[in-house]
Amino acid sequence: MPRSIPGCVMLDGRAAIRRRLGLRLWLSGGWLALVLLAALLAPWISPQDPLAQDLMSGRLPPFWVPQTEPGFWLGTDSLGRDVLSRIIWGARVALIVAFVAGTLTATIGSALGLIAGYFRGWADRLISRLVDIWMAFPPVLFAILLIAVLGPGLMSIIIAIVVIDWTRFARVIRAEAMNQGAMDYVASAQVAGMPRGRIMLAEILPNVLPTIVALLSLEMGISVIVEAILSFVNLSISTDQPTWGGMIAEGRISVHQAWWVLVFPLIALFLTVLSFSQFGEGLKDRFDPVLR
Amino acid sequence: MPDEPLIRVENLRVSLADMTQKPLIGRAPRLEILKGLSFDIPRGAVVGIVGGSGSGKSTLGRTLIRLLEPTGGTIRFDGRDITHLDEAALRPMRRRMQMIFQDPMSSLNPRRRVAGIIAGPLRLHGLDRVSARVDEALDHVGLPRAFRNRYPHELSGGQRQRIGIARAIAMAPEFILADEIVSGLDVSSQAQVLNLLERLVKDLGLTLAFISHDLSVIRRLCTRVMVLQQGEIVENAATADVFDHPQAAYTRELLDAIPLPDPDQANWA
Repeated sequence: MPRSIPGCVMLDGRAAIRRRLGLRLWLSGGWLALVLLAALLAPWISPQDPLAQDLMSGRLPPFWVPQTEPGFWLGTDSLGRDVLSRIIWGARVALIVAFVAGTLTATIGSALGLIAGYFRGWADRLISRLVDIWMAFPPVLFAILLIAVLGPGLMSIIIAIVVIDWTRFARVIRAEAMNQGAMDYVASAQVAGMPRGRIMLAEILPNVLPTIVALLSLEMGISVIVEAILSFVNLSISTDQPTWGGMIAEGRISVHQAWWVLVFPLIALFLTVLSFSQFGEGLKDRFDPVLR
Repeated sequence: MPDEPLIRVENLRVSLADMTQKPLIGRAPRLEILKGLSFDIPRGAVVGIVGGSGSGKSTLGRTLIRLLEPTGGTIRFDGRDITHLDEAALRPMRRRMQMIFQDPMSSLNPRRRVAGIIAGPLRLHGLDRVSARVDEALDHVGLPRAFRNRYPHELSGGQRQRIGIARAIAMAPEFILADEIVSGLDVSSQAQVLNLLERLVKDLGLTLAFISHDLSVIRRLCTRVMVLQQGEIVENAATADVFDHPQAAYTRELLDAIPLPDPDQANWA
């Protein structure tokens, strides 16, 4: 909903910039919508059973290579499973991890960051020290250790991501909340007699929300990567559930004979992670009234 | 008690921890900002608080309005001791004292529209006719009611400062603290905001404390002047007396620093 200021000529120049940002939003949003649809409709749109093995039709090349069999659009892996169907089913795991782990991480990390940055004092000292200690652990090792303790599974992956990455939100949002807390509109709310907890939620939170949204979409991309890394080292979900990371791990072995088994899930992963980060930046630019 | 001043301050002290001098182990030394101030602000007075930078005038303002906690002394508002009241106990008093801030950009929440900015404190205190009061406040400060739906970044500096004033007067307070409210504005906006303030003081019967480093602004607006130097009051008298017969050397220094409009007057070399 654009608002125009009568007599303000500068707005014309800004409008041009916004259209370019819009393209970024559309492209990344489009890809994410496609992945989301694929994940939701996987049972109906995947051309083959993602788990059906057929050793006779193993390592079939993608559709444009002449001597391939029809029906396997992106080829098959060494066990004869359809690569496209596995990518479509793998989107489910990727998106569940992205949304659940991303949202949980953002909520927990932002809440702690807001409290530390606005209330300062002992709460800040406690949370900041905790963040410092936490960040001294090597993250991937930490995740592998956690999953070894919790046992592999979707829940464990989500817990591992939240436990590792909340510090990212806590640190950034703490700094933002400190900046905002020093602004006079906060003092003004205090002069009006607003309770401090409400100042934090009603005055400061809306002003750090664009940062939270941008970080959240970045975090969703990171979650997808972490899930892929854990699948790659065989610590993710059981092998009967196709995941992009698992496919990449399997494809690596036969990359010289059948490159498509590795490359297609890699492209899906790459585009999804890129789209998440671009989508967040686009949203931030678009919905921050201060930047308009 | 009609003779009771609206605000009575006795031996007010404020000190802050000086973190730059903090030793590695142990407490930071205290930095004395206000060194035992005593003064009254009578009802209906417009008191100018002047001083150079670092004189403690903004600290004094923020302590009066209880954004800062005093380390010693007492502040009485309408006879009631508010020196160490906590936020909950202060809440009923908050309605009666308001503040207008120096920087009109940072004092307005950039994510709220004008109507929300003015209505926020009204709703907080459970006042009725919120929407009508917002309109009245906008009328008072001479802004069109259509501005209700604007965001602060869609306003000019002078307009923003008027919103800050509208927010303060919408609460119908008895006391308003204005902290350097024209120093960020250009000269013509300054004049407009000062005219507005002058009229509002007259129309609404406000008691005003006006913090400024600009004596010519003070001379025009204020009935009394208080001069601060390094956390101490060096002069506190009626405006005419301060300008005609300054008692303290520091006041004379400040007066000499005013640029004179008339080249034939003294001090023009």
